[in-house]
Amino acid sequence: MQELGKAESSTTRITRQNDNVVVIEKDLDTEHMLLSMGPQHPSTHGVLRLECMTDGEVVVQAEPYLGYLHRCFEKYAEKVDYPGIVPYTDRMDYLAGMNNEFAFCLAVEKLLEIEIPRRVEFIRVMVAELNRIASHLVAIGTYAIDLGAFTPFLFCFRDREHILSLLEWASGARMLYNYIWIGGLAYDVPADFRKRMAEFVTYFKPKARELYRLLTENEIFVQRTKGIGIMPADVAINFGWSGPMLRGSGVDWDLRRNDPYSVYPELEFKVPLPDGKFSEVGDCLSRHLVRALEMEESLKIIEQCLDRMPEEQGFDSRAAIPKRIRPRAGEVYGRAENPRGELGFYIVSDGKSTKPLRCKARSSCFVNLSAMKELSKGQLIPDLVAIIGSIDIVLGEVDR
Amino acid sequence: MSPLPFLNTWSEALSGLTIKGFPLGLFIVAAVPLVFIALYALTYGVYGERKISAFMQDRLGPMEVGKWGILQTLADILKLLQKEDIVPTVADKFLFVIGPGILFVGSFLAFAVLPFGPAFIGADLNVGLFYAIGIVAIEVVGILAAGWGSNNKWSLYGAVRSVAQIVSYEIPASIALLCGAMMAGTLSMQGINVLQSGPYGFVHFFLFQSPVAWLPFLIYFIASLAEVNRAPFDIPEAESELVAGYFTEYTGMKFAVIFLAEYGSMFMVAAVLSVVFLGGWNSPLPNIGPVTLNNWTSGPAWGAFWIIMKGFFFIFVQMWLRWTLPRLRVDQLMYLCWKVLTPFAFIGFVLTAVWEIYMR
Repeated sequence: MQELGKAESSTTRITRQNDNVVVIEKDLDTEHMLLSMGPQHPSTHGVLRLECMTDGEVVVQAEPYLGYLHRCFEKYAEKVDYPGIVPYTDRMDYLAGMNNEFAFCLAVEKLLEIEIPRRVEFIRVMVAELNRIASHLVAIGTYAIDLGAFTPFLFCFRDREHILSLLEWASGARMLYNYIWIGGLAYDVPADFRKRMAEFVTYFKPKARELYRLLTENEIFVQRTKGIGIMPADVAINFGWSGPMLRGSGVDWDLRRNDPYSVYPELEFKVPLPDGKFSEVGDCLSRHLVRALEMEESLKIIEQCLDRMPEEQGFDSRAAIPKRIRPRAGEVYGRAENPRGELGFYIVSDGKSTKPLRCKARSSCFVNLSAMKELSKGQLIPDLVAIIGSIDIVLGEVDR
Repeated sequence: MSPLPFLNTWSEALSGLTIKGFPLGLFIVAAVPLVFIALYALTYGVYGERKISAFMQDRLGPMEVGKWGILQTLADILKLLQKEDIVPTVADKFLFVIGPGILFVGSFLAFAVLPFGPAFIGADLNVGLFYAIGIVAIEVVGILAAGWGSNNKWSLYGAVRSVAQIVSYEIPASIALLCGAMMAGTLSMQGINVLQSGPYGFVHFFLFQSPVAWLPFLIYFIASLAEVNRAPFDIPEAESELVAGYFTEYTGMKFAVIFLAEYGSMFMVAAVLSVVFLGGWNSPLPNIGPVTLNNWTSGPAWGAFWIIMKGFFFIFVQMWLRWTLPRLRVDQLMYLCWKVLTPFAFIGFVLTAVWEIYMR
């Protein structure tokens, strides 16, 4: 049998069986369907567009298209003073504003080489961890919705509301705080903050457990996420993954511990990793599990901060802020562990201006999303939704 | 069987009613189930579901329109009536318009054989159960027409999924109902009900008459969830995957009609479940000596009360499941149908047969 060639399309084969019998075989003609998922789609978490080539329910290839929420953060950052950039960082990952401000302020403070009061550090860590819980609650809740469970989502948002009101009490805003300033804080925390934080911690512990029982241990949920979208550790590192995504692949890497900043070295916390018993390491369930367990670790950090935070009468949270923020000439890369991974700011200063010469944001979800094409190959559409959900993107940060 | 020996059903009594040659009776016969569906969908279906889901999720639900928001559904209907009725330019107009109609008719026709009391039945067919199973399958045509006619990829996915799902799940559902039919020895809905009545209330129900009846009961309940596209089997309209499935493109009253049909089918399968396994219009209360609870709670009005309450109970369970469970994946759904429910339905069938032949 000799293949003579392929005519027209690859579905037609012409072969010669013996001397004079030529067989023309033609497969049943099927076409791939181009399915444009987004930018307006319930499970793309914003305005992501995925161009999926589908073969029935199977996604042959999915190509993410970004930029629908592009707001020129990096260009704006070159046009405003350093303190003026802080509100812009809030709008990047709008679910974790505190963490963004924290990362940016860390970078600038590194360049300025200034000392931060201890109380400020503790408050920063506390609000950042609080915001991490809020962010993970949104991630878990929306993930539940992606998989069709509506109730856990509302439970998550109910608990998140408590966090938002706490942060609103401290900063005056619910989501876009502008609370952590370079060298200090906008305000000291209110008088009874410590008490109400402790109340929240006691309130939230059983709720986190309830959420775990309702969603994470649900048989259908496990069936939908276990073994889906497996990312091996080495490939994850090559893609530059960070945060819960990388830990979901079994890599023990957390900037709060591996590259400690602020008062994290004094605090005791575990870095949760999937053990491979409940989930397969690297799958969607592992990533979800890491987030669910991280919330409890954040609670522990908050408790420790509440114990150790120095109490000072008449504390001025703006005392350490320089009169004029004009860093020396040089460049710096400051990074912090965001709920979605490593958020870094690379800042170049010329030493003369009060504005950065260049400010590059290394966005965690943008990098995490880059693996989408790899992960989505040959998945079913429902699994594709599960994978996008497990990446936990915030388009504000992806597009900046 | 009937308290009125000269008439089998209320519909027969009414059909004869004419005023000056105008067949008023026939119109009333046709209108009663329609009015029932509309009222039930308005009150329990939409408002009830919103309130029940709200209480499950630590919310209040609709509270603004009227006391406790009871007029919310009316406000919604008014809103839907005012909405522009959009037919997409690229849609197949005929299929697009006829889809919701077929859906609604399919769900509405099944009400003809639902017995709401000893004589309160639209048509007491001798193949009533068979008719009920068959006529619901017409909805598949409506869904396919709606999905295909919309000329939208999401709708098409929803329609194809829906057809695959409903056609598959009809098999375990039918076999499970066959077990009930086997215990009754008849396919007439009234006949099945009459066989389950007796002085001891629930003891006479088929679910408690045979030690294996729980198996077809459960199988039918699960399969019926899939047949009416309710969670966790709501993959044809999976909002996070397919936007809204086969009714993505529908607006205004066409959308409302699809919803009405869905709630109609929900009650339909719940009522069939209670007729076949839980005695339909029979009172579950037993006579205990001189306290003749069963006799006190039996009668035409009580019959309607019991079957509607049983139906509402199962609808409540459907809502409960919907607001608790995540959604299955397409292949898991098919796995559940063909490799779990169908074999177990056959096992239930054989066990019921053995029980009926040798044990009774």
